[in-house]
Amino acid sequence: MNNFTYTRASNTGEAIHLAGETGAGKFLGGGTNLVDLMRENVERPESLVDISRLPFGDIHENPDGSVTIGASVRNSAVAGNRTIRERFPVLSQAILFGASGQIRNMATVGGNIMQRTRCCYFYDHASQCNKRTPGAGCDAIHGFNRMHAILGASPSCIATHPSDMCVALAALDAVIEVEGRNGTRSIRFTDFHRLPGDTPHRETELQPGELITSVTIPKLDAGRRSVYRKVRDRSSYAFALVSVAALLELEDGTVKVARLALGGVAHKPWRAYPAEEILRGAPAREENFRRAAEATLAGAQGLSHNAFKIELAKRLISATLSELARKEDAR
Amino acid sequence: MIHQQNAELERPAEASSAVASDNGLRVMLIVNGVRSPVRIEPRVSLLDALRERLHLTGTKKGCDQGACGACTVLLDGERILSCLTLAIQCEGREITTIEGLALDGSLSPLQRAFITHDGFQCGYCTSGQICSAVGMLHEFDDGVPSAVTQDLASLSLEFSDEEIKERMSGNLCRCGAYVGICGAIRETHHAGATR
Repeated sequence: MNNFTYTRASNTGEAIHLAGETGAGKFLGGGTNLVDLMRENVERPESLVDISRLPFGDIHENPDGSVTIGASVRNSAVAGNRTIRERFPVLSQAILFGASGQIRNMATVGGNIMQRTRCCYFYDHASQCNKRTPGAGCDAIHGFNRMHAILGASPSCIATHPSDMCVALAALDAVIEVEGRNGTRSIRFTDFHRLPGDTPHRETELQPGELITSVTIPKLDAGRRSVYRKVRDRSSYAFALVSVAALLELEDGTVKVARLALGGVAHKPWRAYPAEEILRGAPAREENFRRAAEATLAGAQGLSHNAFKIELAKRLISATLSELARKEDAR
Repeated sequence: MIHQQNAELERPAEASSAVASDNGLRVMLIVNGVRSPVRIEPRVSLLDALRERLHLTGTKKGCDQGACGACTVLLDGERILSCLTLAIQCEGREITTIEGLALDGSLSPLQRAFITHDGFQCGYCTSGQICSAVGMLHEFDDGVPSAVTQDLASLSLEFSDEEIKERMSGNLCRCGAYVGICGAIRETHHAGATR
């Protein structure tokens, strides 16, 4: 690990100032991803700005029924929060399906959103990676790509976003609040992460030196009928092959509202808007769930080792929606 | 702002805004209730500070990348990975290692249960397993759910082997002593000796 200057920020303005106009100073939250990447020499920041003691550590309900989660709230605190468990169980579940107890205690909400891909070619300096060295090429495309993207990938990059939490936040229509030298702004969660295109090293819409301060989840009547399902190579402490965050609200056996987001399949949490359109007003039946799944994966492209994810994702979408519909019937 | 200049640096102030080098910074760690000053560069992990500077070698280095759990310690009572934590981030916070679990010179109930149940073979993962289990039992008592908790909205959780396995999945044991580890944790929970 390279050496660096360490500074502990005591307020937001100071943190933003210390990060510098070019963002040369990296923000340090729980460190579960950044410290690991620094030890592997993938990240080599000249300075770290410790933001873990900034006052973004609470979860509160707003007058309009939305819920705001501070960026430095630990993942375990979000998952265990009563309001989140009751109103947005999909978010609690997604977090609990990710990482380990220790890592969830360390990782912050802001850091989870900002985490980088676990593509092994990104970590391995002996391999070419456009994310690590723009223009170098991608060894994953013709390499071992079992964990890689089937949707929205490009000839430059087939990495996936590893987060579970972000898949739930995408389905929940969350909004990210950021603060920078030019003040504050809001970014829709689904617009925050980028597809790789030919600039896979640019992963989010965050400008240099901008800091995530909170995430707000809008009030949601259908929130209680939400679920997160994840398929992985072992039953705990593994990244997703495919995961689904789904919300469903029925009226007389017909879908009133459906929201669907996928993890493990793309460079960003993949919100399946076309599927939601198909489901709106359709009878809540298996065949319609399968139709929605087919539409979601219509543009999917499999590689040498990950083509199985296409059918897996379809079945997972279908099964998850069926599970929610059964729960709805039982009410 | 607490900049490294203010971290009880002994080098001249004008040199301190540069990258810390040879001598490092003086950082006050509180380990097992003892104020323990260490001289470290900012890049030193909590794990290395504990083992190499404070010679508390009970905490083990397994993978050094957050995958195995051997380095688990308690930070302000919560289980964390000391390999992915920078020591300087822990300034002023309470760190508890395996060396700090015994009470008045006698092993804690969980430590005794690990012996009774043969919860180890080579012993390398054991301190991480025990520190992790201490934190995990507190989490359970506090009503924190897990991925296998059936009713997330419910406040009363049901303790089971399934819960133990899910909640302890961040600690690997290459010898495969999992059955004994589960037994030790189950017994400690049922005896109500988790605090």
